[in-house]
Amino acid sequence: MSSGWIIASVIIAVIVVPLVAGLLSGIDRKLTAHMQGRIGPPIIQPFYDIIKLLGKKPMVAGQAQLVFAWAFVGLTVTAVVLLALRQDLVLTLLVFFFGSVCLPLGALSVKSPYSQYGGHRELLQLLALEPILLLSAIPVSLKVGSFLIADIFAHGQPLLPSLWITFAVLLIPVALVMRKSPFDIAGSEHAHQELVRGVLTEYSGPYLALVEVGHWYAKIFVLSILGLFWVVGSLWWLSVIIALGGWFIVLIVDNVTSRLTWSWMVKFAWGCGITLITLNSVLIHLGWM
Amino acid sequence: MDILTRSRTKSPWLLHYSCGSCNGCDIEILAALTPLYDVERFGIVNMGNPKHADVLLVTGPANWRNYRVLRNIYDQMPEPKLVVVVGVCGSTGGVFDKCPNTLGGIDTVIPVDVYIPGCAARPEAIIDGVVLALGKLEAYGT
Ligand code: SF4
Repeated sequence: MSSGWIIASVIIAVIVVPLVAGLLSGIDRKLTAHMQGRIGPPIIQPFYDIIKLLGKKPMVAGQAQLVFAWAFVGLTVTAVVLLALRQDLVLTLLVFFFGSVCLPLGALSVKSPYSQYGGHRELLQLLALEPILLLSAIPVSLKVGSFLIADIFAHGQPLLPSLWITFAVLLIPVALVMRKSPFDIAGSEHAHQELVRGVLTEYSGPYLALVEVGHWYAKIFVLSILGLFWVVGSLWWLSVIIALGGWFIVLIVDNVTSRLTWSWMVKFAWGCGITLITLNSVLIHLGWM
Repeated sequence: MDILTRSRTKSPWLLHYSCGSCNGCDIEILAALTPLYDVERFGIVNMGNPKHADVLLVTGPANWRNYRVLRNIYDQMPEPKLVVVVGVCGSTGGVFDKCPNTLGGIDTVIPVDVYIPGCAARPEAIIDGVVLALGKLEAYGT
């Protein structure tokens, strides 16, 4: 990579990503509304929400929470930048996990019972999500011969035909990160009342906006991982279509299912996810895929 | 209208608290939040959390039991915030007026921005009331 290209990637990762993610959230809400026979909010609604939150009076439940909120956003942005710079896939995923853990830690640093509940549930969500996201790097590396994202680009062939099983499994972590049913146990996008707002309960005003923007980066991060399954030369728009295809499937599943229990979530994610990824790896190893 | 005020009026998040009403108005509020009226068109979302809410919808009269809770919820909402009272019993005491256990309308405890009359108030009136309250945000400034 030339230094000009590196600077361009970093700028795209830091500045363009939240704009795209905000619009994507708006389209998400609009599509969901249409699926439910409603008109729904304008597509730029998420930006109205963020600007409004930034203009609210700051109220802080504890200084530790702010540190964790900033760490969540900082590390998630770092993961997106590492991905844009085509660094090591395992390292990128681990930085992403490190960031994701900061959000429940922030929630657990406050004594409010709802925040505690939300924090514990978010940790369970991470327990379900992290093994499969990390394991998915194994069949990818078996196929391209290394863990470097740059090598996926250099591979020259799309990964999807031989890795479609792993791709399907990855929709679970995508749904988890996007807080979509049936996995939205820690604080869904559509406020479930009995948990107040789960892990987000004690974040308010500008800090809620901060966490929300961090969440946007996280969404784009997992969708970009899906996009990696179809990178061929300069046809970058094919990756975008693949990522949006995965996103749309998650949206439909969100609208036709309801939230299930955490124990079901962990069993399903581990049972299905680990088995299928192992199967995919074995098939690649045997040269059958 | 500057971008902040515009965003505020485009994104009112609601919190609903019942001060021991007869539940008539509560049911109308829930009716207003159903897909039939689709309040998300106006950016309205029902939040179960005072720390995230912009508009507090209150039903029922203030009484000796709940006024502390009401004040606590109000204090937890970050500025700028609006209070909309739904139904006559929250506005003035209504059918509960002069009962020994009640204090009267909600405005005996916290400042109220909009009163929505009716026993029970209709969903259309509730949506109109919230939209009317949003007009007050323009005066709030940055
Ligand atoms: S205004 Fe009438 S319907 Fe509404 S809560 Fe009071 S008594 Fe019930």
